[in-house]
Amino acid sequence: MSNELVQFLSVVAPEAIVGTGICVVLLAGLFAGDRARDATYLLSMVTLVAAAWVTGSAAPNGSLTGGAFVVDSLSVVLKMFAYAAVAAVLVYARAYLVGRRMDRSEFHLLVLFALLGIMVMVSAGSFLVMYLGLETLSLALYAMVAVERDAPMGAEAAIKYFVLGAIASGCLLYGISLIYGATGALNFTDVAAALQTTTGARPLAAAVGIGFLVVGIAFKFGAVPFHTWLPDVYQGAPACTTLFVATVPKIAAFSLALRMLGDGLDVLASDWRFLLGAVAIVSVVVGNLIAIAQTSIRRMLAYSTVGHVGFILLGFASGGAEGINAALFYTLVYIVMTMAAFGLVILLSPAGQEADAFDDLRGLNQRSPWFAFLMLLVMVSMIGVPPLAGFWAKWWVLSALLDAGQLSLAIVAVLFSVVGAFYYLRVIWLMYFEPPAMTGARMAPELDLRLLLSVNALLVLGLGVFPGNLLRLCARALGAVSG
Amino acid sequence: MLQNYLPVAVFLGVALALGLILLGLGMLLGRGRKDAEKLSAYECGFEAFEDTRMKFDVRYYLVAILFIVFDLEIAFLFPWAVSLDALGLSGLIAMTVFFAVLVVGFIYEWKKGALEWD
Repeated sequence: MSNELVQFLSVVAPEAIVGTGICVVLLAGLFAGDRARDATYLLSMVTLVAAAWVTGSAAPNGSLTGGAFVVDSLSVVLKMFAYAAVAAVLVYARAYLVGRRMDRSEFHLLVLFALLGIMVMVSAGSFLVMYLGLETLSLALYAMVAVERDAPMGAEAAIKYFVLGAIASGCLLYGISLIYGATGALNFTDVAAALQTTTGARPLAAAVGIGFLVVGIAFKFGAVPFHTWLPDVYQGAPACTTLFVATVPKIAAFSLALRMLGDGLDVLASDWRFLLGAVAIVSVVVGNLIAIAQTSIRRMLAYSTVGHVGFILLGFASGGAEGINAALFYTLVYIVMTMAAFGLVILLSPAGQEADAFDDLRGLNQRSPWFAFLMLLVMVSMIGVPPLAGFWAKWWVLSALLDAGQLSLAIVAVLFSVVGAFYYLRVIWLMYFEPPAMTGARMAPELDLRLLLSVNALLVLGLGVFPGNLLRLCARALGAVSG
Repeated sequence: MLQNYLPVAVFLGVALALGLILLGLGMLLGRGRKDAEKLSAYECGFEAFEDTRMKFDVRYYLVAILFIVFDLEIAFLFPWAVSLDALGLSGLIAMTVFFAVLVVGFIYEWKKGALEWD
């Protein structure tokens, strides 16, 4: 084999493994049929393990085609986290998909496609590669929302998501084209170098391009005013899809924001920091206020996501390595917390139905004290109470804001976190102080689901008591990227 | 400078001449048996003039998309085949991978029954 090819494969080995895994899962899903129901599940898991092994054993530096595709410490950490999160989603979904009229192999397939898109985005070193990964991810997500084909809610959510997502992709692409017009480069390092050398007036095209890029980023994160797809998708999609959409793509969104704005357009940071700061603070305010009025758990969690996303973007907007570090920490903690919350929604969904109303939570403590306690942990962490992980996430974003001298942003963020405490506390009130709405028997879900949910929720506590390791991991991952 | 555009001018001339010759031959040699069908506008499979808000079969799109996928594949194949000398072994391997992925997709659409109209 030629040297060129060996070098190519050594850099994209994890992507190649996931790609091969996709082909194998696709064929297995076709031919195994109902005879081997868990075949695609097991093959997906094997793919994840193999990809993690290769990602971990390869040296965390390498690039392809002049830096359009890079492997660095950030990409390795984010990919590892994505594998773990996808594996957790598959375990949660396994229990959920039993007894539902959905093509299980197609769900596994779409999850792997989305993972491939995330991996490409995480390793992107150029605007076009970033866009390629984003579309791979987005198309898989649209299909995943509509995976339950004859559910009207799912179809409605998928169409809304698709139309809005296409517009956002268009905005992003238009922004990229403007940046390309202003600098004549697509690789992030080249764009940064080109902007560095332009003296005198700031290139207007680049500034307008940044505006469009921020629109695209805000949409993919789900920040106000581009958040309208979130509640519909969270509510309309099957719970296993919601679990995925709410968590893993945020890794990609973080990479989207960091690599495009932080790496490529750092010279113009004053422009995008202002825009991101505005979007972020409005998200914190609107997300937390509208969540109060919700009567559906999923819509409530959707607006709570908007609030959390606001905090993540505040980390970016504060500027400096510390703020980005806080944003990465917040993203990872958010994913752990949200996964546990939607894991419980899956647990509460009896076969053939969807848990959505607050009635499903009513009196959970009497039906299952342990799961009520786990949900309590997650909700308290989302409020941001020490010693849970959510506290540290908010703490570091706020301290980065204060270091950057953005006192007013920090004060508004804290105020609306307190407002947000109301609807999280209401969940706790429903679980502990209300009688059960339905006379369901004690829940006896599968062992793997119980174990995973317990580990997941206890991780929120563990990361809160020992936040240092994750924070150091974030700092080490970012060391190579933002100086 | 201008002579760079000479091939364009030659191309335009040849195109014009060829078009005129073909039309002229048709007019001179054609028997000209015209009927309503021949004189109506051709619109691949649909009525030429009707309400635009008509329904048509959603399967039409599936076939159209599949056609585009495999049509584009040919568009990739031709330049690859022409320049295979320069691409060498890595070009061959890359195209083999591309084809393998395409074959997987083909097996999927076949097995799922996308190629059957009913």
